[in-house]
Amino acid sequence: MAALDEVTAKDGVDQETVDAVAKLSGKYKYGWETEIEMDYAPKGVNPDIVRLISSKNEEPGWMTEWRLSAFDRWERMEEPEWAMVSYPKIDFQDQYYYARPKSMETRPKSLDEVDPKLLETYKKLGIPLKEQAILAGVEMPEEERKVAVDAVFDSVSVGTTFQAELKKAGVIFCSISEAIREHPELVKKYLGSVVPPSDNYYATLNSAVFSDGSFVYVPPGVRCPMELSTYFRINAENTGQFERTLIIADKGSYVSYLEGCTAPQRDTAQLHAAVVEIIIEEDAEVKYSTVQNWFPGDENGKGGIYNFVTKRADCRGDRAKVMWTQVETGSAVTWKYPSCILRGDDSQGEFYSIAITNNMQQADTGTKMVHLGKNTKSRIVSKGISAGRAQNTYRGLVSMHPKAKNSRNYTQCDSLLIGDKCGAHTVPYIEVKNNSSRVEHEATTSKVDDDQLFYCRSRGMDEEEAVALVVNGFCKEVLQALPMEFAMEAQQLVAISLEGSVG
Amino acid sequence: MSRAALARQKIEAAEARLDGLILPDGATWATEARRAAEARVRAAGLPQRRDEYWRFTNPAPLLSDEVVPSSTDLPEESPVFGEVDRLRIVFVDGIFDPAQSDALEMAGLEIETLAEATATDIHWAKSVFGVLEEAGQKPVDRSLAALNTASAEEGIVIRATAKAEKPVALVYLQSAPASEAMIHHVIRVEEGAELTLLETGPAAARFSKVMEVDVADRGTFHHVRAQGRAHERLAHTHAFARLGTESVYKSFTLTANGRLTRNEHVVELTGDDAVAHIAGACVGDGSDFLHDDTVFITHDAVNCESRQVFKKVLRNGATGVFQGKILVKEGAQKTDGYQISQSLLLDDDSQFLAKPELEIYADDVACSHGSTSGAIDDEALFYLRSRGVAHEDATDLLTLAFLAEALDEIEDERLADDLRDRLENWLKRRK
Repeated sequence: MAALDEVTAKDGVDQETVDAVAKLSGKYKYGWETEIEMDYAPKGVNPDIVRLISSKNEEPGWMTEWRLSAFDRWERMEEPEWAMVSYPKIDFQDQYYYARPKSMETRPKSLDEVDPKLLETYKKLGIPLKEQAILAGVEMPEEERKVAVDAVFDSVSVGTTFQAELKKAGVIFCSISEAIREHPELVKKYLGSVVPPSDNYYATLNSAVFSDGSFVYVPPGVRCPMELSTYFRINAENTGQFERTLIIADKGSYVSYLEGCTAPQRDTAQLHAAVVEIIIEEDAEVKYSTVQNWFPGDENGKGGIYNFVTKRADCRGDRAKVMWTQVETGSAVTWKYPSCILRGDDSQGEFYSIAITNNMQQADTGTKMVHLGKNTKSRIVSKGISAGRAQNTYRGLVSMHPKAKNSRNYTQCDSLLIGDKCGAHTVPYIEVKNNSSRVEHEATTSKVDDDQLFYCRSRGMDEEEAVALVVNGFCKEVLQALPMEFAMEAQQLVAISLEGSVG
Repeated sequence: MSRAALARQKIEAAEARLDGLILPDGATWATEARRAAEARVRAAGLPQRRDEYWRFTNPAPLLSDEVVPSSTDLPEESPVFGEVDRLRIVFVDGIFDPAQSDALEMAGLEIETLAEATATDIHWAKSVFGVLEEAGQKPVDRSLAALNTASAEEGIVIRATAKAEKPVALVYLQSAPASEAMIHHVIRVEEGAELTLLETGPAAARFSKVMEVDVADRGTFHHVRAQGRAHERLAHTHAFARLGTESVYKSFTLTANGRLTRNEHVVELTGDDAVAHIAGACVGDGSDFLHDDTVFITHDAVNCESRQVFKKVLRNGATGVFQGKILVKEGAQKTDGYQISQSLLLDDDSQFLAKPELEIYADDVACSHGSTSGAIDDEALFYLRSRGVAHEDATDLLTLAFLAEALDEIEDERLADDLRDRLENWLKRRK
């Protein structure tokens, strides 16, 4: 973290903030590698590889066809160039699209049968893959909530915990490959219905070659009894990870979903192109939280993950609600816009993001709020922090369609630059096509609420203290959107003040 | 459409347009500048519907072969800035009319036509003509401006060497319904000099205008413009400005109606402590109305200030577009950048499309932008109605209040008052 140590914080940026960023983006803690025997598909991508992946997952014919038609389309598409990121051209034929630990050749029937090396890997990452508390029949203290985990290692899901208990509640939580085999009717109905195979270059590639990922179905009226989580680990070299997540929250249900990801420290960049689709029916609610901590590359920009991800939630029913929360600290290049289609009347979308880039990292991230239904509401709070020689861009769209009467959007994006070699950019698109809706986009720190400031001042605080309190309170509000499981990691961010920010 | 196909389409459109183009006569330097501009058009091509830079506005009507005639039968009203003591320079259908113009003489100013200046072998305009426009071709192509540089024969060339005693007013009249005008102005404000430029009138059925303004250290340039009353008019205008140390550049545009108006402002602050304010107020009426403000401000020096204030009132299906960008280059510390774009939608068919951007590479800056869109405040309306103000009057009052922030950017109170009165009348006399 040489870059940050040498920086003297500008007036108004407190040292605590600089230290917090330094600590967060300091030495990468997850850069080690698991030595394990792997099975690879041949390098490169072509229809045979697509068929091979499909057959490895023992998929029915319709799924193979779906993949092949996506591949056919992908071959005719162009890589997008509009994002404010630059990286050497990716050779899509010079990497592996499928890598599976040898020990996973016969699918383990339970976690007990999983290769101890794999279990050790997740233990080291701090991801509990055991259900011991339950199995031992020990009462858990109330604040220790249970989390069910689907652990994805390179191209395959290693195992999913608490499946039995979830089943009792009617919740299906398994790997997507299992869902294709066991619940084809649900997969057929929903897969590609939010992010169609033709959506964009990386999503189309994903549609052709996705190897695994998670599947969640929460039946009508069910409040999922625990947090669900997927942990993605890239381990193999020269291997792309293409996972697919499909979450369906049926009428009146609720689920909170967490996602974490890490990768070993390597000199060559690796591609991660995921697709997440969420379907939210009437009165249902989904919280989706990500702490993205892929290897960011070294301080000279060597290696790291190219994180090209398509995430989209479709609020199909009335009063459906979705909340995206992301803390983005990893990846060499991030290209990611978790979006909300607010189709149902009175549906709501929220997006809370903290993106931290350092050294040579580049992030182009934001959200799309597409208001189609009446009385729909959306809120965007984005904080970008850029240090070293990094580039951090917020890119977003707020669209009020003619029929989205009486809808509301509020957007706030703040960025903070630490050092004079980095960049922070804001590229919002605003399209308002009816007059009963209100859209407000704001990107400034001087807009700290005057009333709140006045209140603090009138109680004897000096201006700086008052601003710090108000801003910290605001920041905490964002972080509180994160489930408790991420609280530890997120807490370090609380110290970050927004003094000296730019829009 | 693939990127390659789009690029090809653009180039083909440029070739078709430039086929048979005869560059205006002029001195060697002018011909070279025009040739270079033509080459820029050929290389970049002409804008198409799919261009990101033309995301919200279809450029096709600006480039079509046929010019759709526009009515020259406008309601009688006193000329804008009629009461202001000014030097009038009149263009009819885009052609300079010496008979209707005042003598091109004023203390502290050298005024010539573009034809005169570009026919002179050694002329200061060489360092500005096509030069600022070319600098403004990055990072996006503005080929319409290059096309104007290559082919415009008309325009005015002004050099201010001291504080001009009164404003120079460019008055654009239209007499032929299907007229097309292409005008290119070149302005240099020398060190410590000061100039106010006014622009009014419908100009033509289709109007292309480029203005290059070079403001030297401690120079001041004010620009106040009132665009049109004609509903059928098409216009695209570009202002390219380069600002020296401690210089000031302030521009305000009032637009009422017109079918398609795209005003682009490309300003580069190259000297420390320079100030640039760009503002606009627009009232749009009718589903065939589209008004587009596209502003690009580059901070390339320390301690500069830029302000963008744009307000649009839209009704009966009108469309308002705002694309604004503040670019703060590495090292442009202590920059103060502000940008606000707001729209008031008076009915449910009108729309506001905006892309307010920030691109910042310096850490000790204060930049902010805001953008809002919504209907008239019901509570304010109710308040006025409860005090006996008729619905229409109350709406007008709130509309004027909404636009006031942009009009307040005009420094000269006489000009601001004139435009305020005008606006009030226009609102009253709605179609």
